[in-house]
Formats: sequence, structure tokens, C-alpha cells
Amino acid sequence: MEKNKLTTGKVAGIIANLVIVDVDGPVSQNEICFINLSGVRLMAEVIKVLGKKAYTQVFESTRGLKVGESVEFMGHMLEVTLGPGILSRNFDGLQNDLDKMEGTFLRRGEYTAPINVDQEWEFTPLAKTGDVVKAGDWLGEVKENWIGHKIMVPFKFDGKYTVKNVKTGGTYKASEPVAVLTDKDGREVNVSMIQKWPVKVPIKAYADKPRPYRLMETGVRIIDTMNPIVEGGTGFVPGPFGSGKTVLQHALSKQAEADLIIVAACGERANEVVEIFTEFPELDDPRTGRKLMERTTIIANTSNMPVAAREASVYTAMTIGEYYRSMGLKVLLLADSTSRWAQALREMSNRMEELPGPDAFPMDLPAIISSFYARAGYVYLNNGSTGSITFIGTVSPAGGNLKEPVTESTKKAARCFFALSQQRADSKRYPAVDPIDSYSKYLEYPELQEYLSENISPDWLGSVLEAKNLLLRGKEAYEQINILGDDGVPIDYHLRYWKSEVIDFVILQQDAFDKIDASTPIERQKEMLGKVLDVCRTDFDFDSFEEVNPYFKRVINVFKQMNYSLYQSGDFKKYESELDAIINERKAA
Amino acid sequence: METTAFQKIYTKITQITKATCSLQASGIGYEELATVNGRLAQVVKINGDIVTLQIFSGTEGIPTNAEVIFMGHPPSLKVGEELAGRFFNAYGQPIDGGPEVEGEEREIGGPSVNPVRRKQPSELIATGIAGIDLNNTLVTGQKIPFFADPDQPFNQVMAMVALRAKADKIILGGMGLTNDDYLYYKNVFDNAGALDRIISFVNTTENPPVERLLVPDMALTAAEYFAYDKKETVLVLLTDMTLYADALSIVSNRMDQIPSKDSMPGSLYSDLAKIYEKAVQFPEGGSITIIAVTTLSSGDITHAIPDNTGYITEGQLFLRRDSDIGKVIVDPFRSLSRLKQLVIGKQTRKDHPQVMNAAVRLYADASNAKTKLENGFDLTDYDVRTMNFAREYSNDLLAIDVNIDTTMMLDKAWELFGKHFSKAEVGIKQEFVDLYWPR
Ligand SMILES: Nc1ncnc2c1ncn2[C@@H]1O[C@H](COP(=O)(O)OP(=O)(O)O)[C@@H](O)[C@H]1O
Ligand SMILES: [Mg+2]
Repeated sequence: MEKNKLTTGKVAGIIANLVIVDVDGPVSQNEICFINLSGVRLMAEVIKVLGKKAYTQVFESTRGLKVGESVEFMGHMLEVTLGPGILSRNFDGLQNDLDKMEGTFLRRGEYTAPINVDQEWEFTPLAKTGDVVKAGDWLGEVKENWIGHKIMVPFKFDGKYTVKNVKTGGTYKASEPVAVLTDKDGREVNVSMIQKWPVKVPIKAYADKPRPYRLMETGVRIIDTMNPIVEGGTGFVPGPFGSGKTVLQHALSKQAEADLIIVAACGERANEVVEIFTEFPELDDPRTGRKLMERTTIIANTSNMPVAAREASVYTAMTIGEYYRSMGLKVLLLADSTSRWAQALREMSNRMEELPGPDAFPMDLPAIISSFYARAGYVYLNNGSTGSITFIGTVSPAGGNLKEPVTESTKKAARCFFALSQQRADSKRYPAVDPIDSYSKYLEYPELQEYLSENISPDWLGSVLEAKNLLLRGKEAYEQINILGDDGVPIDYHLRYWKSEVIDFVILQQDAFDKIDASTPIERQKEMLGKVLDVCRTDFDFDSFEEVNPYFKRVINVFKQMNYSLYQSGDFKKYESELDAIINERKAA
Repeated sequence: METTAFQKIYTKITQITKATCSLQASGIGYEELATVNGRLAQVVKINGDIVTLQIFSGTEGIPTNAEVIFMGHPPSLKVGEELAGRFFNAYGQPIDGGPEVEGEEREIGGPSVNPVRRKQPSELIATGIAGIDLNNTLVTGQKIPFFADPDQPFNQVMAMVALRAKADKIILGGMGLTNDDYLYYKNVFDNAGALDRIISFVNTTENPPVERLLVPDMALTAAEYFAYDKKETVLVLLTDMTLYADALSIVSNRMDQIPSKDSMPGSLYSDLAKIYEKAVQFPEGGSITIIAVTTLSSGDITHAIPDNTGYITEGQLFLRRDSDIGKVIVDPFRSLSRLKQLVIGKQTRKDHPQVMNAAVRLYADASNAKTKLENGFDLTDYDVRTMNFAREYSNDLLAIDVNIDTTMMLDKAWELFGKHFSKAEVGIKQEFVDLYWPR
């Protein structure tokens, strides 16, 4: 579509944020338009076209809108602006910079620039005249916080280009051209530090997307040890309200071994985003010594913000993630909660009176979810470097029942399943990840197995599987005890149960609010799992089942004191020898 | 609401359903108010020149030649200091016999606060009730409902919390409140000498249910005036939000929308979130705290109304009758204050988080022991001790009639730990055990 022939239209109908527009020319699906409301321009997206009528979802409240108001179509889909200056910002779902907005209350039609185009950056060239390049190839680099932010051939560029020239090292404005490329017909094009990309289209400027295999450390034991996630992997966290989805995501955003974190707060509480705004600028990133906020970007579309923009927010976040992945970085993308996004789809589909699928969700929900998860991944870039997006979303199942469309569709798309259990949350066994139901498919990948064997220890996988098995046997023993009574089973059942409790209390449970316990480096996880398994492998002597419970309570207590102590500190060692002494009390001869 | 020169009057209704009527009209804004033969109505749909109005009090007896007057603006409330001490209906009209309020007219259900302009809540609200202060500490700017069966004394507890909370203003949004309960609130506030701090918007069981839909927005518009313009601490009480949601489902049902779970509209989450997210702490000092009531049917929290509420609010306070002690308690299992970690151990004694968790864990052990007993098994010595602990814990700390300060609650908990357990069984960080274990 050419600029001077943009389609216009007039408002013909309004049902909440669904606005029907009579159009005077061509429109495309997902095209962006602006609806005039007494001088305020409301952004909207085309979601269906029927003859001369475009059905649009408005990203704002339509209160006061009248039939006959004018509409301008923009000739492009919803796009984000990509360039240096995205990191550490707080955006809304449409990438408006929230800090640049005026006043305390959000105002309709106020759209603010995501990137400061006049900001100057210290540029270093990476390509040289004569290089043949294509979309995503690196032309130069600027320092954004501590990240080497690559200036790339824009993703929209099709085919091969030749570098005519690249600016020499120096300070340039973000909007200034830093390179000139020639296309195959000899036409010259300028490239600045800024480009745009439609959020619903995956960025595919990479050479290859192999299976991921490198462990991504999170410091959360029940993940790293029991159900590991990998760089470029996908996972999801379903759980009823209050079971700890958000606390777990915040822990990941603070601790995970990633270059940058993108947090999409999608239809959840504003105060949870405020927590990040408030705490992250103060917290240290242990790996770089810088503040956590420097590696974090927030896309906030909280539950009271316009519903339609909720859907956009996850795509905005993913596209920004893909942009940074193309620079060879490790990106961790977190979305809380993907159910809210699905609900936004449902609200709109109901308003359009589409034929509903299960629970009134749109029929194509599973396809939408799986193509979204498919955008994550580990990639080889054209120049051989690697980059990754690890994606972990939360799911908020209605009534906590996992047999519902969003959970079921996500289960097919994501490879790690961290199921939060109401029962564990009720008894304050946090993180309430269910040790039996949860899984990481990656643990079955020979690539990861090899990685673990080389980087942790050759018998690591065996130990993890042993611990999982002990948990299962402990659960079975517990059920038997409940059916037959404490004295209706052999003492061995009590031992089995209590050994699994040791694993539960020492490895699985972790206090997210304790400075030391909150994050456990893999080295320490390895040692603790080893110690716990030593206890589990020990034969104990007990005369009656009554002795088992108090004894193991003591074992667990000392282990917990270790978890609360600095690794290898005096206290840690003190508890360690206390533990040895307790074990020796009952060790079978 | 008398007619002015600019208002448009129509008399040809083309369609009438249980909740709505439609007519040909032009130049009408979405969500604009109108009257239909004097009944208040709001624009819910515009299709070409056909405008559909939802009549709040229902369409019974509305004729096709009813007089429809469009008012040119969405529902609004006049705000000012004069609101204090006054009682209004769902439309914001006085029901206390006093004069109309003069002040700036504001649209209700206005825009939300930019998240970056919020402040992280940090002021503890002390209620004296240990089930709240010890286990589920409240903070200004929080939103939290009571989950309770209809026969539980939630109105009493809420009134008690409101009066102890030291708020500058208490705004009561009553939805489907029985007249008796309405008078109860009035009395309690009156007896406490608090009437001049109260503003009340009430839809009683005698009023049409759909009118309730205006109550939360009215109450919150008044709240924003006092919290934002006047920088006051405002406490908003919303009771009963289940009846509010029921009104939503009546409307969506009458408008033939596809229901999702439990016959609730698919937009229930967003509808409730728009209300609850008005709770805020402003950096300039004012705050809105929302305490609501969501009644349950026979304790079922998986029903769409409590379920969606729980996903939105910052925790919930679950009231339950404990038959062992014959009192209503704040159930430590299902109750939660998500903002408690912002204040406990910081504005309260350092051992607070650990003591709280340890006590709940031991209480959970007691409930396992109880199940064992019910299933006819022998109890171990430990089981018996946990059950003894649980009874005392419930009576001395969880019961809603407890009124002591947080330090006393913590001391009481340590006392119970020492009485019934060994240090290892309690499993608290050594530094606290050294300090507080009863000698
Ligand atoms: N790892 C944890 N350690 C300690 N407390 C936790 C942990 N995870 C969750 N909690 C408690 O549970 C509450 C609810 O957690 P949250 O993540 O907000 O739940 P969800 O997002 O699933 O609704 C928190 O406010 C906190 O009190
Ligand atoms: Mg959450």
C-alpha cells in the first residue's frame, strides 16, 4: 500500500471495545487504525473483515465514541520499534514508554515513543565495505548498559545486500544512518540504529534452530536439580491462585543465568509490577555486579489496563526478545499470565459471536498458543554465534482444575511442566511445584544428559532419577500408612516416607524470601543432593515407628539450618558435623 | 435529573428485551446515560443508527412509546468534601434526607493509574485480630476479600476491621445488602462516633439487582477524590461482591451472551479486576484499600466468582467455624495476604515470618492427625501434641474475637511452641530460637 492512498473509514457500530468501521478502500487483517474520538486518537487493530466492514478491536476504552467518527488506517500491522534504549524501560503492551506519560492516571490516546531517537550512542563498526549481508547480520555495535547491542541489517530487508559503507567509530544519534547498503539492483539504502517489526510475525533471521541442550541455571532447586530448563527451552507454570506462580517467576527473573530478562505482566496485578519497578533498581545482579534493572525490560499490561492490549503485550515482549536473541544473547522471557491473554481472545471472540470452542474459548486457541511457544528457542545466527529465548509462562486455570483449554493447549506446546499444587501451597511447602506431576522433557534429551554429565558430574543424572524415585516411593508408603495405620505397616514404610520428606524439605522446599536460601548455585545443589542421598541410602535401626518421626525431624531441622547458612561458612560446617553425628546415632551396624 | 435544552428526546422504541430496549437515534456516545420513562439506562451497543440501552431497574411495563431522554454523558458523581457523612443510593442520589451534594462532576469508572506512578504499599494496617495481623497482615493500598459462607459474621468482622484501621475515610459500597445489615453498619459507625468519616453507596435487597453494577464505581470515584485529590487514607468496603457478579450474569444472560464457567460472563475477570485494581498507594501519601466480601456457596472456592476474585485480589481471608472451639476463625490454610511480606519482619518483629509459617505447618500436622483419628487409627504422641497445640492456637490466636498487638501474638505463639513441642519439631532458624524459646 502506498502512503498517499491510505484507507479511511467511519465508525458504524460499537459494542464495548469492538468497533465496526465502514471502509472506503482496501484493509488488511491485523492492520492498525486510529479512531477519532473528539480529537483523541484511539488505536485499534483489524480482526475481521466482512465486505466493506472492518471489525476492529480498540486498545482503549470506547466510552463516548459515536457512530460516524472518522477512522484512519495505517497500512501496517502492530509494530514495535527496535533499537538501543529498550533495556531497563517500562513499556505498556503496545510498547509505549510508561515513564514518559504525563499525569498519574493513564489517558486514552496518549502514545509515547518507545525509544529516544535523539539519544547518542558510541558506535563501533563490525562490517566493512564490500561485505555481503542479509537481514539480521551485524553491521556495528553500541554499548547499551553492559550489553554489546548489535546494529543489524533490518529484518524487513529481503535477500542479499552489499555494504557500501559503514560509519567509523564515533558517537551518533540513534536515528542517524550508520551504514549504506546496496541491494541486488544497485539501489542504495540507509540503515540507522532503529528498525520496526510487526509483533505477530516471528523474526527468522537465523541460520538454524537446533534442539536446545545447555542447562539454564535458575538457582531454584526444584527446577535446576529436579526438572531442569535449558537455554532456549520452554516451560509453563500452572497453578491455582495463591500457589506461587508469581513468586516463582520473580525468583527466576532475579536469579536466572540470562543476559537479559523480559517480563510481560499480562493481565495481572499492578502492585506486582510495582514490586519489580521498586526492587530491581536496588538489587544486585550477582553475575555482573550491576543492578538487576539494567538487564530487565518490563512490558506491563496489568488487569485494569485495556483488555485488547493484553494480547498484544505478549507478542511485543516476544518480538523484543527475538531482537536481542539476534545479537547472540541469552534472553529469558517470562509471561504472567498467559491465561489472561487467552481470556482477552475469548472476550473478543464472544463479542464477534464466533462459534465458541471448549469453555467458550476461540476454536483456534491451541494453535495460537503453540505457535507462540514455537517462537522461543536456541538458534545459530548467520555468523555462527548462538542466541536463545527461554520462555516460561504461567497459566491460571479456572478453579485450579488443570483439565481446561489453556492448560491443556499449553501442555502440548511447552516442554517443562512445573505444576503448582494447592495442597503443597496450603501446607506452605514452597515453591509448591508438585514433585510427582511435574516434569522436564529435556531431562530425556541425550544432548542435555551429556551436558550435565560433563558440567556437573557423570553420575548427576543417576542421582536425580534416584531422588525422583525415592519421592515416588515415599508417597506410596505414605498412602499405605494412611490406609493401614502407623502400626499396620512395617517400620520400613515409615523410613521410606521420612526419607522422601528429607528430599522434600531440603531439596524441593526453598524460601524465596530468605536472602541465602532464595538462590542456590548448582555447585551447592550438587553437594546438598549428594548429602541428602547419602542419608537416604543409609540403613537405620529403629525399634518402633514412634522413633522415626522425631528422629527425622531433627535430621531435617539441621539440613534446613544448613540451607539458611552461607555456603561453606562456619555455621554451615557446624551443622554439617551435627548432621553427621545425628546420622551416626542410628546408623545400622 | 431534569431536562435541559441540549438533551435529545425520542419516543419510538423498536425492540424491548428483559433488560434492554433499542431505538433509532443519532449522535449518541457509547456508555452514555439516558432515562426511559424516568428509569435510568445506559448505552451498551450501537449498531448504525440503532442504539441499545440497558435499563437498570428492568424493562417491566416499558411501552414502545416511552420517553427516552439522552443525557449526553456517562454515569457520574459530584465529588467534594461534602460527601463525608452522607448516604447515597446506587445512582449517587442522597437517601439520608440531606441536600444534593455540590461539587465537581466526575465520570465514574474512570481510567486506571499508570503503574509507574504507583508506590509500593508499605503501611501496615493493624486490626488486633491475630488471624489477620499474625498470619495475613494487611497493608494500605491492598485489595482483599473475605471469603465466607452467607451465615458467617463477615459484616461484623468487616466493620470491626474498618473501625480499627485508622482510615481518614471509610466508604461503604453495599450491594444487595439487607436492610438490617445496612442499619447494622450505620449503627456501628454511629456508636463509634465515626459517622462523619463514612460515605455510603447502598443498593439493598429492596432495590433492583442490576442497579448494583453502579455501586463499586460510585464508591471508588469518591475514594479516588479523597485519596488522590485530598491525599487521605481511604478504606473501601464492598459487600457483597458475589451479588455484584450475579447482577453481571443477569445482564449478560439477558443480552444473550455466551456464558463461560458457572453461567458467568466471559469478561468476569476483567470486570472484577477493573474494580479491585483501583486499590492503590499513591506516592504523595493517599491510598485506597479495598476490603470486600465474596460470599461462597457451601464453601466452594472453585466457583467462578471466588475463583476469579482470588486471581485478582491480593489474597483472601477465609472465615470458618471451628467446631473444636466453637468459634469463627480466620482459616490459616486458605487465607493469604500477598502483601504481608512487605511488612512482616520489617515493621514487626524479625521472627514474625518464621513463627507464622511454623505455626501453620504444625496446624497442618494437627489436621492430618485429625484425619487419622477420624479414620479410626491410633495417634502417636506427636499427633496428640499437635492436636492439643491446634486447639489452643485456634482459640488464642485464630479466633476473630482476639484483640492484641502483634508482639503479643508472637509471644503467644512461642509460648505454645514451647508448651507442646521440641525445638527441632518447630524447625525455626536458630537465631530466633535462641532469642525467643520460652525458658
Ligand atoms: N517460594 C516461596 N516462599 C515463600 N512463600 C511463598 C513462595 N511462593 C509463594 N509464596 C507465598 O504465596 C503467596 C502467593 O504467591 P503468588 O506467587 O503471588 O501466587 P500466584 O501468582 O500463584 O497467585 C505469596 O504472597 C507468598 O506469601
Ligand atoms: Mg500471580
